[in-house]
Amino acid sequence: MEILVCVKRVPDPAENEITVEGGDIGRDDLVYAVNEWDNYAVEEALQIVEREGGSVTVVTVGGAEADETLRREMAMGAEKGLLLSDPAFEGADGLGVARVLAAAVRKGAYDLVLTGAMADDGAAQVGGMLAALLDWPFASLVNRIEGTGPLRIGREIEGGAQEVSDIDLPCVLSIQTGINEPRYVGIRGIRKVASAEIPVLDAAALGADPGAPKVRRLAYFVPEAGPGAELLEGGTRDVAARLAGILKAKGGIK
Amino acid sequence: MTLPFSPATATLGSLPLWPLFALIPLAGLACFAWIIRRRLEPLLRAAPDPRRDRVGVRLLLVLKIWLAQWRHPRYLLAGVLHIVLFLGFLVLGARSLQMVFLGIWPGFALPGLGAGYAAVKDVAATLTLAAVLVLAVRRAAFMPERYRVPPGLGKDHTPEALAILGLIATLLLSEGLFEGSLLAAGTERGIPLTLPWAFAGLLGGTAAGTLAGIHTAAYAVHDVAFFAFLCILPLGKHFHVITSLFNVFFMRVETGNVKPVRHGVPDAQLDEVKSFGVKTLEDFTWKHILDFYSCADCGRCSDRCPANAVGRPLSPRFISIKGRDHAFERFPLLGGATAPAPLIGGIYSEAEIWSCTTCGACEEECPLGIEYIDKIVDLRRGLVDDGLVPQGVQKPLSALEKRGNPWGKLERKRGEWAAQAGVPVKSAEKGETAPLLYFADSMTSYDDRSQRIAQATARILHRAGEDFAILGKEERDSGHDVRRFGEEMLFQSLRDQNVEAIGASGAGAIVVSDPHALNALRHDYPGVPEVRHISELIAEGIGRGALKPSPAKDQRTYTLHDPCYLGRHNGVYDAPRQAMDGIPGLKRVEMEGNCRDRSFCCGGGGLMLFMEHEEKERMGARRVEMARAAGADVIVTACPYCLTNIEDAIKVAGLEGKMEAIDLCELVDAHLDN
Amino acid sequence: MSQVFVLVPGAADAAPELLAAALALFPGSTPTALVAGHGPALDAAAQAAAATFKEVWAFGGAALAHPNAELLRPLLAKALPAGASVVLAHDTLGMDLGPGLSVKLGAAYLPDVVGVEAAGGASLTVLRQEFGGQAHARVACDASGGVVATARSGAFRPGEGQGPGTVLDRSGDAAGLQARRRFVELVQAEAGDVDITKEDVLVSVGRGIGDKENLPLAEELAEAMGAVISCSRPIVDAKWLDKARQVGTSGQTVKPKVYLALGISGSFQHLGGIKGGPFLVAVNKNPKAPIFQVADVGVVADLLELLPELTEAVKKAK
Repeated sequence: MEILVCVKRVPDPAENEITVEGGDIGRDDLVYAVNEWDNYAVEEALQIVEREGGSVTVVTVGGAEADETLRREMAMGAEKGLLLSDPAFEGADGLGVARVLAAAVRKGAYDLVLTGAMADDGAAQVGGMLAALLDWPFASLVNRIEGTGPLRIGREIEGGAQEVSDIDLPCVLSIQTGINEPRYVGIRGIRKVASAEIPVLDAAALGADPGAPKVRRLAYFVPEAGPGAELLEGGTRDVAARLAGILKAKGGIK
Repeated sequence: MTLPFSPATATLGSLPLWPLFALIPLAGLACFAWIIRRRLEPLLRAAPDPRRDRVGVRLLLVLKIWLAQWRHPRYLLAGVLHIVLFLGFLVLGARSLQMVFLGIWPGFALPGLGAGYAAVKDVAATLTLAAVLVLAVRRAAFMPERYRVPPGLGKDHTPEALAILGLIATLLLSEGLFEGSLLAAGTERGIPLTLPWAFAGLLGGTAAGTLAGIHTAAYAVHDVAFFAFLCILPLGKHFHVITSLFNVFFMRVETGNVKPVRHGVPDAQLDEVKSFGVKTLEDFTWKHILDFYSCADCGRCSDRCPANAVGRPLSPRFISIKGRDHAFERFPLLGGATAPAPLIGGIYSEAEIWSCTTCGACEEECPLGIEYIDKIVDLRRGLVDDGLVPQGVQKPLSALEKRGNPWGKLERKRGEWAAQAGVPVKSAEKGETAPLLYFADSMTSYDDRSQRIAQATARILHRAGEDFAILGKEERDSGHDVRRFGEEMLFQSLRDQNVEAIGASGAGAIVVSDPHALNALRHDYPGVPEVRHISELIAEGIGRGALKPSPAKDQRTYTLHDPCYLGRHNGVYDAPRQAMDGIPGLKRVEMEGNCRDRSFCCGGGGLMLFMEHEEKERMGARRVEMARAAGADVIVTACPYCLTNIEDAIKVAGLEGKMEAIDLCELVDAHLDN
Repeated sequence: MSQVFVLVPGAADAAPELLAAALALFPGSTPTALVAGHGPALDAAAQAAAATFKEVWAFGGAALAHPNAELLRPLLAKALPAGASVVLAHDTLGMDLGPGLSVKLGAAYLPDVVGVEAAGGASLTVLRQEFGGQAHARVACDASGGVVATARSGAFRPGEGQGPGTVLDRSGDAAGLQARRRFVELVQAEAGDVDITKEDVLVSVGRGIGDKENLPLAEELAEAMGAVISCSRPIVDAKWLDKARQVGTSGQTVKPKVYLALGISGSFQHLGGIKGGPFLVAVNKNPKAPIFQVADVGVVADLLELLPELTEAVKKAK
């Protein structure tokens, strides 16, 4: 099975704490990582290929800095990498990114396209848009993949239940965390693929136009703090006693 | 002396027996040689391991660990019995050699071993038989818990042990009968209470012809039993009888260090090594396979193993036993070797390999010098190479790669603890230099609770008049546990950054408060200035009067928990005790049986903090129990991880207010208020 | 202004909230509810939606017995007028359907909207959250070609309904639907030994508990309070507790009277599983944890220190 996995480079803030300053997130001291969900998607693709044969290609839309993102996923075992890079892609919205990816999918011969269920912006949109652009079937929040086509898949839905369906190939699936245990990639793994050739395709090569963005992020902001909780302060024993009193008053102690 | 009869001249009917007595040794030796050749096969295919350095030290180890059986009395009864057996073997080995020749050479004697030796060997044989009997009864009726084979790890080893004891008894008795029948033909009766004396007494008055027959029969039994014994030894745990001498000679001469990924490959060329670590048997070094052969199955390693004690799926004894059985299976005595098979998922499990805290208790205990830490680290290197790293550890590793600490905290916050130290702390990040560098490491730099150790350390150094500096944001995690988790390349990257920063700091000496940093800088960092633990500086400071602690502030009882990487791996046992005893009136007790080189690991540091283990209880909880049993109210540690693990254990046990954990630096600092 | 539609999922109790979201996004509109299904279940859903909306389009058919996005997307693309706007719940159906639907309708896509800042013109500005709720963002879109938006549960306060309305049977549009993704079965989460959805008092533990070994501290407190233990997703992912005890959008929806959140930061996925406005007490080491924004009473403390004391205090307070 030929599998394409779409990945994204995202901020990896210190202690996972994002700060907001001057309309943007704090970018001093910021380092970047592969979107966590994407690691699960790549791992799943690798496991499918280990089972069924074929190969895994990882693709991302971004600048030269995204090369590292691709190499990290290639170090996991993805055979090929593909960097879609063009000044025209900068500032693209979700749909624009999906259009660029769709062009890359059409250039290959993939049976299956995987994305992470969501990324840093929580939009969870590119996978579904990509499927619609390709007119392929789609399933989001996939936490189980079996079979060879049609695939038997599970989606994580409300209440912790799993919606099981059969889906025809080719299709696009967005992968939920917990579907597998992604393998570790260290410095050594990345060095091993350091010299691997990663083709860079621009708008002309792809024949892709992200189009004018319909959706724009204007600014990050810090919401005005609501009233918030009444904070109990003082010595541990004292706080515990007061809290026990409050719990009792509210019917929390039976 | 002329003998009344000899097996060399004996006949069966009209046939002389000497050709048979020549044939038995030849066949036995041929068989033995074949077996040993097969046993050497995996060693020849294994990874290199240069162990011919420091011959003097190695010979001393042979004298101490092997010949003097130094570690045996740590388990008193078993140890003493083994020493009797071992010495018996040494004495009787010569006799057995002599016996082989007596079948073809009447009256043969080894040069230099005359009548005196004959007397000694009779006493030795008798004592050895007594030891064998005690061992057999103990094995069969009063077997210590540590010999049991847990479910799923194969059959009980008792039949094997009893069979070998039976064979040894056969050798001793047949030799005694051989000698006794000879004595019975004469007038001497030998040394009273020895085996020949007993047999001679029993056979007194028997006809000479019958005695000659008994003599020859006893000889034949001994001859066959001896070569059977020789050929059976390499088939199981008694292989140690042969290998122990070599195993001890080639044993680890240093503690605290970790073997390189591949001996003979410098760090700069590691990228050319295709596969890291141990994945199949052949990836082990030859010494590590020799370790497997040498395991006597005594169970002491597992008896002292903290992971085993709290029910984690690790028993070091079975790392060896399973390795040995696997080697035997892969390289059978007859037929060719089978293809290399993955060890993980085969004989070992991932959980087993991640269970080890590398505390070193097993290696400290092994009477034969078997190594475990290097094997565990090598197996982890193999797992890391295949991407099989527990999910909980992947994030910290990635944070270490990106920000030099396992929590992904900001680099520039590393030195922030210094602002609350209450004394001036120079920092390399501000361009300040000092002759002494305080390398704090990640836990002490970032962890809220552990920062108090750093602050106390700074105050003590200040009080002792030391001119010191920290690296601040130039410091990275020492990588100590990164390396021991098998992530060698990340370790090297951290090490290289630190070595450069240490070099740039211009310091001529280094002090640490975290024993993991001590161990890393001492053993894993080439070419950095001398590193010492703060406890050593405190003990010295008190000794020369630079630090004068005030009298103890309370009447509580204190005990020292020896951190593994301070004590066992670096031999610093006395300095923290001297430091505590330097506080006038401080009441200190020992956790007898569980202190110094028998200290019980708190649960491990570094990345172990991020691991989830399958276990029945926490190591820290065990440790708190031990301290309580010793009558201590306060557990003094000298390591931020020990402190954290033990403090947590006290909370979970609900002993808050009754017991307390405190770092040595905090204790001393609190008594420098005068 | 484009015509506004609201997809009302089977559980119609979400209808008032979705109407509120639609009216916030498209002030002055009269949204049409869309319901899909088969047989009596569809009738019931349509009637329920009609209580809130002025008009309901009902799509029926055997193929829609288990409506999934692969059926609904082509159906709506065909049935809705050009330039239509659609509001969905930001649930697992909305996430499945919304992105592709926006492409098919040629509309802008606004996922997981938590608020509206400027609406009514050609440009629509909404509020979203990124980085797991740690950063808020103002997002503008060109609404001229229609908008598909998903609304976060709990973000829009239900107002007055526009019903009772009429139900239009649009099943004709659903004829001949063929999906390339076919429903097989629903696997329920393994039932645990407890049903946290029926409990009045929950002691809920999150990542801040640190270690499985520390769970007994929380369990002892729960026992003293007569409460039941629940948890956030990381605890289930770590396999420290059963899935049946997980509160959140990917776990159980609970309606307790008192909810004690221990070491839970308060992601919207977790808070989305707490309904009925319980008295919420949060204990967290991090004073900046979002949970303190929604809690009634908070304590900034180390759980290992506070829990034993609190258990004692609760025993005394009984």
